[in-house]
Parts: sequence; structure tokens; C-alpha cells
Amino acid sequence: MHSTSAQTRRAFLGRTTQGLGSVALASLLQPQLLNAASRGVLGTLPLPQKAKRVIWLTMAGGPSQLELFDHKPKLAEMDGKPMPESFTKGQQLAQLQGQKLVCKGPMFRFQKYGKCQTELSELLPHIGGVADDICLVRSMTTDAINHDPAHMFMNTGAQIAGRPSMGSWVTYGLGCEADDLPGFVVMMSTGKGRNPQPIAARQWNSGFLPSKYQGVQLRSLGDPVLYLTSPNGVTRERQGRDFAAINALNKQHAALCDDPEIATRIAQYEMAFQMQASVPELMDIRGEGAKTLELYGCQPGDGSFASNCLLARRLAERGTRFIQLYHRDWDHHSLLKEELPLRAKEVDQACAALIKDLKQRGMFDDTLIVFSGEFGRTPMAQGNKGPIGRDHHNKAMSMWLAGAGIQRGVTFGSTDDLGYAAQENTTTVHDLHATMLHQLGIQHDAFSFKFQGLDARLSGVEGAKVIQKILA
Amino acid sequence: MTKPTCLLLLATLGLHAAEPPVPAKIEFNRDVQPILSDNCFYCHGNDPKHREADLRLDIRDEAVKAEAFIPGKAAKSELVSRIFTADADDLMPPPDSHKKLTQRQKDILKKWIDQGAAYQQHWSYEKPVKAAIPAGKNGVDVLVQQRLAQIGLKPSPQADARTLIRRLYLDLIGLPPKPEEVAAFEKDASPAAYAKLVESLLKNPHYGERMAIGWLDVVRFADTIGYHSDNPHNVWPYRDYVIQSFNSNKHFDRFTLEQIAGDLLPDATQETRVGSAFNRLLLSTEEGGAQAKDYEQRMLTDRVRAVGNAWMGQTTGCCQCHDHKFDPWTQRDFYSLGAFFADIKEPILGRREPGILVLDAAGQKRQADIAERLTLLQAEFAKPRPELAPAQAEWEKQALEAVTASGMWQPLKQVTASSAKKNVTLKADKEGVVRGTIDAKRNERKQNDGTDTYTLSTKLALGTTGIRIEALKEKLPGIGLASNGNFVLSEVTLTGGKNKLPVAFASATYEQKTFPAATAIDGIADKKENGWGVLGATGADQSLYLELAAPVTEANAAVKLTLTFGWGENHEIANLRLSSTNSPKPIRAPGTSLPAAEIAGILKTEPEKRTLEQKQKLTAAYKQIAPELNDLRAKIATVEKEKADFENNAPKCIVSISDTTKRTVRILPRGNWMDESGEVVKADLPGYLPKPKIEGRDLTRLDLAQWLVSKDNPLTARTVMNRLWKQFFGTGLSKVLDDLGAQGEPPVNPALLDWLACEFMDSGWDMQHMIRIIANSATYQQVSTSTKALTAADPYNRECARQSPFRLDAELVRDNALTISGLLVPKIGGPSVKPYQPAKYWENLNFPTREWQNDSGESLYRRGLYTWWQRSFTHPSMLAFDAPSREECVAERNRSNIPQQALVLLNDPTYVEAARVFAARILTESNGDANQRITWAVQQALQRKPSSEELKTLSALFAQQLADYKKDPAATVELLKTGAAPVSPNLNSSELAAWAHVARVILNLHETITRS
Repeated sequence: MHSTSAQTRRAFLGRTTQGLGSVALASLLQPQLLNAASRGVLGTLPLPQKAKRVIWLTMAGGPSQLELFDHKPKLAEMDGKPMPESFTKGQQLAQLQGQKLVCKGPMFRFQKYGKCQTELSELLPHIGGVADDICLVRSMTTDAINHDPAHMFMNTGAQIAGRPSMGSWVTYGLGCEADDLPGFVVMMSTGKGRNPQPIAARQWNSGFLPSKYQGVQLRSLGDPVLYLTSPNGVTRERQGRDFAAINALNKQHAALCDDPEIATRIAQYEMAFQMQASVPELMDIRGEGAKTLELYGCQPGDGSFASNCLLARRLAERGTRFIQLYHRDWDHHSLLKEELPLRAKEVDQACAALIKDLKQRGMFDDTLIVFSGEFGRTPMAQGNKGPIGRDHHNKAMSMWLAGAGIQRGVTFGSTDDLGYAAQENTTTVHDLHATMLHQLGIQHDAFSFKFQGLDARLSGVEGAKVIQKILA
Repeated sequence: MTKPTCLLLLATLGLHAAEPPVPAKIEFNRDVQPILSDNCFYCHGNDPKHREADLRLDIRDEAVKAEAFIPGKAAKSELVSRIFTADADDLMPPPDSHKKLTQRQKDILKKWIDQGAAYQQHWSYEKPVKAAIPAGKNGVDVLVQQRLAQIGLKPSPQADARTLIRRLYLDLIGLPPKPEEVAAFEKDASPAAYAKLVESLLKNPHYGERMAIGWLDVVRFADTIGYHSDNPHNVWPYRDYVIQSFNSNKHFDRFTLEQIAGDLLPDATQETRVGSAFNRLLLSTEEGGAQAKDYEQRMLTDRVRAVGNAWMGQTTGCCQCHDHKFDPWTQRDFYSLGAFFADIKEPILGRREPGILVLDAAGQKRQADIAERLTLLQAEFAKPRPELAPAQAEWEKQALEAVTASGMWQPLKQVTASSAKKNVTLKADKEGVVRGTIDAKRNERKQNDGTDTYTLSTKLALGTTGIRIEALKEKLPGIGLASNGNFVLSEVTLTGGKNKLPVAFASATYEQKTFPAATAIDGIADKKENGWGVLGATGADQSLYLELAAPVTEANAAVKLTLTFGWGENHEIANLRLSSTNSPKPIRAPGTSLPAAEIAGILKTEPEKRTLEQKQKLTAAYKQIAPELNDLRAKIATVEKEKADFENNAPKCIVSISDTTKRTVRILPRGNWMDESGEVVKADLPGYLPKPKIEGRDLTRLDLAQWLVSKDNPLTARTVMNRLWKQFFGTGLSKVLDDLGAQGEPPVNPALLDWLACEFMDSGWDMQHMIRIIANSATYQQVSTSTKALTAADPYNRECARQSPFRLDAELVRDNALTISGLLVPKIGGPSVKPYQPAKYWENLNFPTREWQNDSGESLYRRGLYTWWQRSFTHPSMLAFDAPSREECVAERNRSNIPQQALVLLNDPTYVEAARVFAARILTESNGDANQRITWAVQQALQRKPSSEELKTLSALFAQQLADYKKDPAATVELLKTGAAPVSPNLNSSELAAWAHVARVILNLHETITRS
């Protein structure tokens, strides 16, 4: 299985270097230098590496678990009645702060899927179709309650800007298997909805880690990577000549002054030139075949979440370590009944397709997939923004994991009768990070970087726990 | 093996080389403290809540009392047996901490105890001690060489003149020297030439720009608020303040006072107030659902971290939740420091205020001039005017009639109102009064085109014959939203259901010349000059009376009024009320406007019963409408508009303003803002540092600022000098610039850092004095190349036995390319600018969605530090070269070397344009064959001649690209179109394209973007 992806990569490299023609760039460079640049700091891993890579599906805005993942018949019974104060007194609320709190029953039906009989929303038939492959967590909690800090917390384990995001941590620790693609890639799609919440570039920043671990955004519009395309009028051959001249001159200069930075610079120009070919090749899904496109439900160039899922698989094949997909516009303070089905439809088939596709390529076993928002939503109705919706909520949210040593077809944790707070197997974002690192073969509490005097860790300093119960 | 690989190997060897021997005499700060701090203090340190076994090792007495060790007797000490034991249960640090002592560290601890286990106060909390420097000697050189002699290294030779001048230019002004400046310097053999060059660069106005870059990182200066919508806030004048402060060599103590307490200084000026914008540079939010208490806490902690970092080199952040584990900071210290800023007036949530006007001399003159003219006109208006008495009496009569007739009108209380473009927000109250305000956000984002259309819905009674629209004088100076208080109602139409209700006649209580009421019903809604206006009488209510062509034939008939305001500049009615009447035709406006309720009341009082005050009010009311004063009122309105326009367009800056009521600051247990059980604290200075006794009053920000730059504060001067050292040598004397605490690095040359700190304070915090010493030192002037032996002995050049080469900062990479190409516009200061940025880079921003608009003209070619700093999406070209997002204070930028840098230098239109414009210079400013031109070009960029090998590479490139472009003229056109700079039609385009490639290669060279 591993050999498959390695082979694909070699073939891929072979294709891209054809464009070099007479410009024999590779000879300018000691290949081991490039490898050194993409190797992680951890070396031999202390734990078995179940996951070689992560695909993290971020449903930005905070999808309602009460309509998608966490069925609460009792809440349906209480529909329209005041939320018992015993639940909410003294709690942090966002837009409902100081408002009258009324229960809102689930707005969609639930049904049981798969052999495991996991209860999921009628809005998620495709994910239901792979229910036996996923592990649903209903007892996740988070610290933050506004979008921006909550994303920061989910991505970096802290609510203060300037911390590295998890993709940066992972590539810092493990490096990247691809020689011509970044180790940490971010892609973005937006639901055809109303008014998506903003996402800041800090969400994939490398913080205090070296900048080379920063997430690189692959964009569906314009240059797929910023500044990737050569200037107008400059063909690959002309560009190649410039690259060759730059590296030749840098090499001549290196002979005069002993500065190891020059060797690195030469290597980085090599990488940049390769990326100019490899990234467009990666992004071009026209060659994927009708069957695959149909499986995901996407068209080349449509910029959809489904397209991004397919690209995620292509990146995974090529050795990218951490792939994060954002799908925006899940912030349903209002119009939840009208908008949620649209968002669900945009992601449901593609998520299932990703699992199926990875499985058929033998990559599901060493790819960790995580599906999560930045927080959950309240069992109380929000009516002050138009037709009924739900407010931000951090006491309970649902998410799922799949692949790479995660138990399949199980549900972990639960919430109280009204879905207000996690009550059984309550777990935290720090635990989630610890678990992810554990599956990658990294001991989370020993994986640190000294910053401002502290051994800063992705999983925090407060004793995060690997969620052992969901591990196979 | 190639040289670089070989070097890498050496560097690696350096890292893992055998550990240095254990020193004969153990020194606590140098040898022991770092071990204890990193391995033991987490559980046995300052934080009582996290202390294990009730043992603390950070205080000697406590450690001895707890029998952790017996001074002088290592063999009998618990600590020693615990670190050497093989038993995992007893081993310290415990295995689950993932900390492990090396053999050397264990030996040091053992030897230290044997030698008596002496403690020292942490080095940076001790007052710096100034080493004696022989007269006439440079302190830097003396102390560096002393240290080199101790470790057996020798200084390197002086660099050549070209390297020196390039180094000085880049370090002091951030721009490369011109080849002729290099030539002149090379020729000048006088011994004073170098020092003269330093002096001239310190006087160069670009010096302030260069110095500002680092400070702006430390204070996290950016153009936007940071959180969520990341909208703009007005702070750019602060950036210019910083530049000017460096240029005028404002001493650092004063610089500090102005930034932390510029509003509280007894001699506060516009300049010091702008300096106090420092306190406002933090992150803020406009996110709906954000809780004030949450963000109040975020802002407090943000400020404490900033002051801790920028001035004290202290990492205070941990104390938000608990006492510091490594340094003596307590949670109380943290919140007490935060309490200094509890007086700052600011919205906790939502939009920042526009800020104070920041005017240059010309602006201040203009402001004074407008104020003077306005005062004169107002005085003229206020003069008693007995000559108006007869006219007033006539008006009183008419007005009383109007009041009486008004009884025939019923106000329409059930009204809903909306505006089509949302430039004006309309709200109707229970009395039917509709109030409009200009939408500030749309205005600020320049989405407001100044026009709008109101739609008012109401119900009319059966038999209604007329409708009245009253423009009400409320709190605003005028009755319209325009800056002169006017409005122009282009058209009003009435519809009932689907049918238009025709209006037969329109009249008004007042008509501006050429803006009569009749034009509001003439069917023309889209002609600017066509509508009902009221300039000259905007100080009182004015009404439009509409006579319906036919009375309303049904009861409770729904009607919609559409009011179009097409003049622009927000010439819309501010507040209005609708009334209807069933009076028989004709429906006409009274001869005078209906007076306000209070005046109507006075008019109803018999003249002899009116009080003096009432009489004065009548006179004042009449003045507002007296036709005799029309001209004067129009003049006042015009100047008022001029004033409003001037103020709207003037630069503004949010600054510190001290509020009389302060926010309550509590210690938040575990940093939890919902937990209000913590003790309330007042502003206070950290307990572990020397501080002045101030009694009988609360401490202010001014006290804090004065304490930071008092000579008793051991941290500030060291922190600032350590950062300055990095600017000139590439690494701080203590490597961790933002942490001079226990977990930082003790300085490699403590005597030198202390001397610099003392000299800085003794000079009166004179920054240029310190730069002069550093730049003139022989240490600074050494070559940056190394020898194998030197690299092996000191791989990271911490001892300064040579200079270090390092890549230019992000802003300077840009400045350098623009300078070489000749595109740079060297203007200093002004609003932030928007050079080319890839389209859709901001697509994930929202509230509102935004698209970056490239500037045009000279704004495309300004220095990098003027680039618009969007915190959530920092300019990608700068980001690639490690410009921080400035969400948090950054004392130390990364210096990464990543492929994105290659993509930027090759493909960003800024650099492609620079290359093609540089190419045009090559063709027009140099002569001769290709080799001669290449030589000229390399001199422009690198201030040296190319080697023969370099010439060969570049001339071969030129020939190949030229031959290629000659076959493909369309491609040359495409390439040369990049960027807005014009292309000279006189140049051969394939040659120009080929030279653009040569230029591009030169601009991409490692040497070009490196200061060595």
C-alpha cells in the first residue's frame, strides 16, 4: 500500500521534470539538501505511526449537531417550552445572552444507518452509507464561543494569535513526503448560502514555528498558489533559463562566502520551479475519469467542497502531510431549516466519496480524517435574527473521525437529554489534538517548542488525554 | 562534497560536538539557573498552585530548609541522589515530564552544591553594572575583545569599503547605496570618512523609516482591528509619529512616556497624543455575539503582554491564569499592570471611533481659519437686530395662524420607513417620527454614493385631501443630513395599492432659491439640480404641503410615499413626520413655517404675559427664518459645511483618552472572565522589581511609563539594547529577544549588554548615540565571511569574532528592488498604500466582503513599511519574507528561506515590473556591448563588478532570451505590459524583454537580498 503511493509520486515527479528540457537544474543541487528541508524534527517516532497523513474537514460556522448528529427526542417534546434554568444559569452564550431561552426540537428526522445502527440525520444519507467506517463523537466541547477565537482554539489549541496551527505542528514534527508540494495545504470552499463568516489566514499560520511550516492555500480562483504562475509572456523554458542562471550565480557566490543559507536558497528555487509544474498538474482533475467525478459529485474547476475532497485525495497520494479543507457558511443563527439541508448536501456525498476512494486505493488505513466545526449550536432557539436558528454553543458539539487506527462504526460519548452539555466521556479540543498526534506516532506531551520560556505544545499544558476508547 | 554541504556538516557537528567541560568555578546564573529553570521550576518554582512536595528550588533558603540539598555536601544531598538515581520512581525530573538531564548538567549541579550552592539573583533583575572602559576606546570593542581573548578567538579583519558602505546603508536607512556613492566612499582615504558616513546616514530622513520597522513589530502596528471582520481602524499617523521620533532622535525615555501616557503629560500636544495611540493598537472585535466581559479581559491581557514584551523583555502571558512558573511574576502583578489601562476610553466591542484630527501646520492653519470665519459670522448673526421687530410682529401673527390652522392636520403615527440603498438608516418611533442616520460603515467603506430613496408606508383616512411632510429640527445643526444641514427632495410620489395618487399642488414653508417645492412633484426624479431645497432656513422645521388631486375614497387606505433624494452628498431629510388633513381645497403651506411646539406655545400666550426668556426665544426663532437674514444664514451654513468637510477628510488617529470612570479590574481565577470572585486590584507595579513609593493617590499610566524608563528598572535598557544589537549583528546578545527571564538565554557577553544598557541610560536614552558607538566599532566593521576554524569554534557567531550575513527584512526586500529599478517613490509618511496584490486574496474576509483595490500612481512604488497591514490577511508578498501579522508583539522575526520567496521575486508583478523598468535603465543609462551593460547593471544592484564567470552566465542568458523573444514578439508585449509603469516606445521590445530577464535574475540573487 505504501509502495503504491510512493510509486505514484515517482511517476508524478517524472512527469513534471520533463518540462525542464535542457535546463538540468537537478544537477545544481545535492538532493540530500532538499530532503533535509522536508524532513521533520522528530526522527524516529516513539509510537507506532497509524496515520501517515491527516485530512481535516472544517465545517466553518458551526454546524448544528442537533439536526445532524445528536438526536434528542426529549428536546422535541420540550419544543417551544422554556429551557430549564438549571441548564443555562451562569453560562456563556453568544447572541442569546440576556434573551428568553426557549427549547427548539430537532428540525429534521434521524434514522439508523449501517450495521452499527448509528443514528444520523436524514440530511446525511451518504455519510450514513459509510457509518460503519466512522467514529462519531457526540461529547466534544470547546473553550471559545465566537467564531474567530473558536477557530484559533481548534487549529492551534490556544485563543491567542501567534500560535502554530496543527498542520504546522505536524509538518514540523514529521516533515513532508512530497518533494515538490507543500507539506501543509489548505483549501477553501463556500456554500451557496448567504453570508459566510470570515476566515483569517492566521488559521493556517506557523506562528512561532519556522515559516516553512506555514499552510499553503491552494485556491480555486486565480493562481492556485499565490505567485505560482510565471509572468505573461514568460514560457516555462524562459522561466527555466532564469532559474538556471539564478542558481548558477548563487552557486558561484557560495564559493566565495561560506554561507549555508545560499545552499538552502538554491534548493528552494529548485522546489519553486518544480511547484510551478506540479501544482497545476495536481489541480487538474480532468484526467480523473467520469466515474471518480461522479463518485464525488464534482466538475473540474467548480471550486466546490467535492472538488476539494478529490484534490485532498490527490494531495494525499503525492505525500502532502496535512490537508485541511474549509467549507464555509454553517453559521445558522436563522433560517436553519432552510439553509442546513443545502450545506449538508454540499458536503455529504463528497465526504463519503473521500472515504470510499481512499479505501479503494488502500489509503484509508493510514489516513486520518476528521470532520468538525469550530463549536456546536444551542438546543435553544434563536429567533431574534429572522426565521428560527440556533446560537453558538461550546458545551456540546459533535464531530467524527475515520481511518488510521480509529474504531469504525462506533459512537463515543453523549450529551444530556436536551443536548445542552456533554455528559458521558466528555472530551476536549486538547484531547482531540493529543489523539491526532498519537495516531501520527507522536507523543503529544513530549512534542514541544520553546516559546517565551514555555514548552509550548499543541495539546496545551493542562494534561490533555489521548481518547483511548476510540482507538482500534 | 560541495562547500555548502561541508559547512552544513560542520554546523551539525558544532551542534552535537562534545559538551564543553564543567567549569572550575560554577556560576549560578550562567551554569545552574538555566538547568533548574528548564527542568525543575515547573513543579518547584514560583507558582504555589502547581508546586509539588511543597518544595521550591528558586529560593535558596526554602530549598535548604526543605533539605533539598546541604550546601557543601553534594554526596549527602537529596537533590543529587535524585538526579543520579537509576530508580524511575525516584528519578528527577520524573520520566513523565519528558525532561532529562545530561551528564554535564548533573555534574554541574553536584559541583555547585559541593562549592556551597550559592545563588545569584536572576541576571536581568540585577542592576546592570557598567564596566570601566579606557578613555578613547570603544566600549563595544573593548568588551567583545576581552571576551574573545578569554575563549581564544581573534577578531576578523575589517571588511572592504564596498561591503561597509552597503552594510551601513542597509542597516541605517534600509536602502542600498548608489554605485557613485560607493565609488566616492572607496576613494575617500581620510580616516574620518567612515564616521562621516555614519553621521550622514543618521541625518538621512530614511533613517526613521528603517528604525520604525522593528518598533512597529514590537508594538503590533497594523491598519486593521484583527478579529473576525478585521475592519480598518485609524492609526497610520502613529506610524508616522514613530518615523519622526526616530528622525528627530527623540530620546527613548520621552518616546516611552509619550506612547504610554502621551495624553497625561502636562505638556501634551497633538504629537504626544498620537504617540499614545500605542495603547490602542491591540486587537478588537466587531463580531456579533461577542461578550463585553470576554473582550475586556482579552484587551487587558493584550496590553499587559505588549508592555511586558516591548519594554521589559518579559513573558507575562502565563500570568493571565496563574503565577509565572519560571519568573517571579504573580497573577496579581499581571492584573495590577493591566489596571493601569483601565482608564482608557474605548468601546470594548464594535467599531472604533474615528479618532482625533491629526493636522500638519497647513491643516492647523486651515482649521483655525475656518473657526475664525465661523465665529465672526456667528457673532454677526447673534447681534441684536431691533430693525427686524416689525417683520417679527408680522411673522408672529402668521405663525399663530399657522398654529391654529394646524389643528386641521392629524399626525400619522403608524408609519414604517425603509431606505432603498441603506446609505441612510431609518427608524420610525411610536409617534410616527422617522429618524435617519447616515450608515457609518457604508460611509467609511466608501459604499455610500450620497443619495438614497425613502419609502414610507402609512394609512390615510377617508376623505383625505392633503398630506404634509415636516422636516423636523432636532439635535442636528440642520434639518437635512448634508454637512450644511440642507436636503434636496428630488421627487415625492404617492401610491395607493398599485395606483399612483396624483398630487395637484405642492407648496412649502420655505423654498431655497431655484429649489422650489413644485419641482418635487414634476415627475423628474433623476436630475441633480431639480428638487425642493431649504438652504438658508435649515435652522427651523420646514414643511412640504401636498394637495391631492382627488380626496381619498376608502377608509384606512394604505399609501406609500416614495421620497427620492438625488442631489448627492447625503442631501436627505434627517427627521420627518407625516400628517394628513381633510380640509377643503386649496391645501397650501402657511406663509411661514409651522413653529416648533415650544414656540407655538409661546405664541399662544398673550404678548404681555410673555416672560423675557420667552421673548428672547421668539426673537431667536424668528432669526432662523427671517428673510432679511437669508444671506447670512446661507453663509454660516456654507462655512459649517466647509468645517464638516475639512474634518471628514482630515487624517485621524485613535488615541488614549483618559476616562474619569475606570473599568474595574479583578484577578480572574484561571483567567476565566465569567468568574467574578477574584479580588479587585488597582494599578500597581510588579512586586519583584525596585519601584518608587507613591502614596495617597492612584497610580497612573504616567507613573508606569516613568518607572519603565527609570534608572532603577533593570530591564528596559537591556531589552532595548539587546534588540538593537540584533539589528546590527543578526542575533541578540541574549538570543531570546522577548524573554530576558529565567527561560531566556543568559547573554553570551553579559558585561557588554550591561555596558550598552548603562551607556544608553547615561546618555539620556539617546538612541543615535548608541548606534554611533556600535556602527563605529571595529567589531561592527569586520568581514562577515568566516574561516573553517572560526565556524567550528563559534558556528552561530555569537561571540562576534566576525560580522554575520543575513537576509533583508520583508519591507527592505521590496525597497531594495524598487530602488535598483529606479521606481521607488521616496516620500515619507501618509496613509497606508495598496501596491499590487493577487486578486481574491481577501475572498474569505466578510462583514463586509472586500476586494483589494490596487492603488495607482506613486502609491504603487512606496517603501514596504507603508503597505496596508491587514492583520488577518497580511500582504502575501511580505508574508513570504516573514513579515508578521502584527496580531501579537513580535520582537524577533523569523528569517526563513522558503520556495514562496522565489515565487514572489520571480512572479509578483511588483518584481516583474521592477525588472522590466530596471531593464529600460540598462538600455538607456548604460552603453556598450552586452557585457558592459551587464557590468553596469550588477553595479547598480550589488555595488560591485561582476566576475568573469558571472558575466559569462548572464551574457549567455541574455543571448538565449533575446534570440527566443525575437521569434515571439507577442510574448514581449505580454511581458512588458506587467505593471503600470509606462514602456518607452523608443526601445526595441525584444531587447527590452531579454534585458528584463537579466534584470530579474539580478534582483533574485541571494546576494541582492542579503546584507553581509
